[in-house]
Amino acid sequence: MASLIGFYSLVFGLCLSFLIIFFSVKNFKNSNIFDNRIISLTFLQFFFVIVSFFGLIISFVNSDFSNETVFNNSHTTKPLFYKISGTWGNHEGSLLLWLLVLTLFIFLFILKSKDQNKKYRVLTLLFQQIIIIGFFIFLIKTSNPFNYIFPVPNEGLGLNPILQDPALAIHPPVLYLGYVGSSIIFSSTLAATSLNYISKEWAKHIKQWVLISWIFLTLGILLGSIWAYYELGWGGFWFWDPVENVSLMPWLVLTALLHCILVLEKRLVLTSWVVILSIATFTLSMCGTFLVRSGILNSVHTFANDPERGLFILIFLFCLIFLSLFIFFFFHKVKNNDTKNFFWLSKETSILINNWFMMYFLSVILIGTVYPIFLEVISSEKISVGPPFYNKLIIPFLIPFLFAMTIGPKLKWIKSDFINKLYLILFLIISFVLSIFIVKILNISFLKNTILVTAAFYLFFITLRDFFIYKFKNLSQNTAHFGFSLLILSILFNSIFSSEVITNLKIGETFENEKFKISFESLEQRNEKNFKSITGKFNIENLNGVVEILKPELRIYDQPNIITSEAYIKTNLLTDKFMTMNLVQNQDYFNIRYQIKPFMVWIWLSVFLISFGGLISLFKKKL
Amino acid sequence: MYGRKVKLRFFFVLLILITLILSVFLILKSLEENVVYFKSPTEIKVLAEIEKKKIRVGGMVKNDSISIESNDVRFIITDFKNEINVIYSGVVPNLFTEGKGVVAEGYLKDKNFFLATKILAKHDENYMPPEVKEALKEK
Repeated sequence: MASLIGFYSLVFGLCLSFLIIFFSVKNFKNSNIFDNRIISLTFLQFFFVIVSFFGLIISFVNSDFSNETVFNNSHTTKPLFYKISGTWGNHEGSLLLWLLVLTLFIFLFILKSKDQNKKYRVLTLLFQQIIIIGFFIFLIKTSNPFNYIFPVPNEGLGLNPILQDPALAIHPPVLYLGYVGSSIIFSSTLAATSLNYISKEWAKHIKQWVLISWIFLTLGILLGSIWAYYELGWGGFWFWDPVENVSLMPWLVLTALLHCILVLEKRLVLTSWVVILSIATFTLSMCGTFLVRSGILNSVHTFANDPERGLFILIFLFCLIFLSLFIFFFFHKVKNNDTKNFFWLSKETSILINNWFMMYFLSVILIGTVYPIFLEVISSEKISVGPPFYNKLIIPFLIPFLFAMTIGPKLKWIKSDFINKLYLILFLIISFVLSIFIVKILNISFLKNTILVTAAFYLFFITLRDFFIYKFKNLSQNTAHFGFSLLILSILFNSIFSSEVITNLKIGETFENEKFKISFESLEQRNEKNFKSITGKFNIENLNGVVEILKPELRIYDQPNIITSEAYIKTNLLTDKFMTMNLVQNQDYFNIRYQIKPFMVWIWLSVFLISFGGLISLFKKKL
Repeated sequence: MYGRKVKLRFFFVLLILITLILSVFLILKSLEENVVYFKSPTEIKVLAEIEKKKIRVGGMVKNDSISIESNDVRFIITDFKNEINVIYSGVVPNLFTEGKGVVAEGYLKDKNFFLATKILAKHDENYMPPEVKEALKEK
């Protein structure tokens, strides 16, 4: 029943799209005031998608296995929480969520843009409806979440256990708010370009939407990263996996856009660049969806390898790119009022430098992600591009990037100079001395580390100083930049100080090295609702004789039959102690991995700070 | 001759071009050095010489081939035509089981021995390396 309502709501939603387009076109041509019926219709469409979404949730909660999606991804013994989160833990459901966010955003946009030009609002709605229709058709035609199966099975196939995790329950919605939020930027930029509406006021208005989508994307990536850290059992937080890369690419463009919009707001220059970035953001989000959903990339996000789906997204993507390029080339007019006054030492230049770096990082990641696919198509040679590639190309460029990030905000608009900037040099010397000191003590390779640590400390100290001196002025930017310096420092020290031990142990055995002693004390079994749990007890004794007990866990799920290992992590402010245990088939040995990972909490905290900076900026006006 | 502005702009365009070419060159260069090729046991058998570069070997873990000691794990990767011995010390993923797909990364000692530095976790219990799928289809 719920499935049936869900499906028809979807169809109604699609029909409403055409109705909205009809009214919008009429309104666009004939009248000078915004037709309020359109708002109601947009709300109605959003409402129908919500009904459909709840229909799917109810089917999941009731374990209605006549629904194919539920059958494929649920099981009666699954805890209620994961029945609900399982709704978007699969291909069909996650696309329905995507559609939900699309309709939500356009509804909010229409509500929040009352002070804007009528034509601009209507045209944005029209462009957004094109995207919405595309996704409606995609959903109904290739990935209907409400497919009926008969005879009705008694039991479902179950949800992949590694997705049965609280972080992963909220990771997709948050990430989608970021991904799909960029669709509003895309539609409104196209509308503004076609109407030649780009102005300082427009920049101010669109900045909020860029911020919203940027904040959610940042948090979404953070959640995914935290999940990977404790669930995948490798003890890392970023693997340069293609699936991670596709989320980082729109983030880089959004970050560039966020900075560029400031220039537009202040000086009305770089308009073309803003348009290009806005188009690129959504295009990259779509590309990400295509790569992940088509099954080209093999990962946890690939639910079903259905070529038809990939083809549909690809064609749709090409249409959107074609449409936006057409609008860009034929409607876009450059306004040259004060384009000529570009002095080399100014805030504009520093923001441009930021953009250049972002584009460089983007192209590195894009090539690293796409090149293997191309090569496989062309020569059927299979390759993979790993962390060394990215480390080599990105880390050296972080140094000038960090310096630009420190000095850039200190410059004035239009033209600046270095008078009264003595403290900048002073802080540089302090950071340099400090990092030489640290590098010497640690006895690590000198040149690269010293400069990198210096650059990170420099940004760290300067932003810290600004908190005290300027207090609330530029608080948002300062928080985000401070967060970034903290992130780089934490990652650096994390990679320098991390150590790990991998060994195979039987119960009662002990492993010993010069730093600590690991003894495998005992094993304990427990039956949970939908899995059997095996918990090991390990004593770790360090040189000072301090004993710590770690209890990594193995979970044997029955539906589907998969073993997952739950890392045991002892967290404190300075270090994480991380232990995983794996079963090797039919043997008494357990595969043990023990890691000491310093500053992990700080990595999470700094990324949170970065997005918090965005949040401050969003609410600044209202304070 | 040309005005100062034109010269400046020309210089600017030149600068952009040089940076662009440089960065593309840099990316492609390090791509060449850092990619890891994927080979099946059969492809290794027909190699003309043993490469010193890091590679990945994919296939199925042969039945009854896993043996484990305190510091390493030994097993055989097969694509049902040829096979290769793997010696590995490190963490094995949970889905590493006999009769299932596996991808190992490391260095070739000779055509029969592979020293793995990493075994890749696959998230799906039904995962099968593409080569193996093709090999199975041919059979």
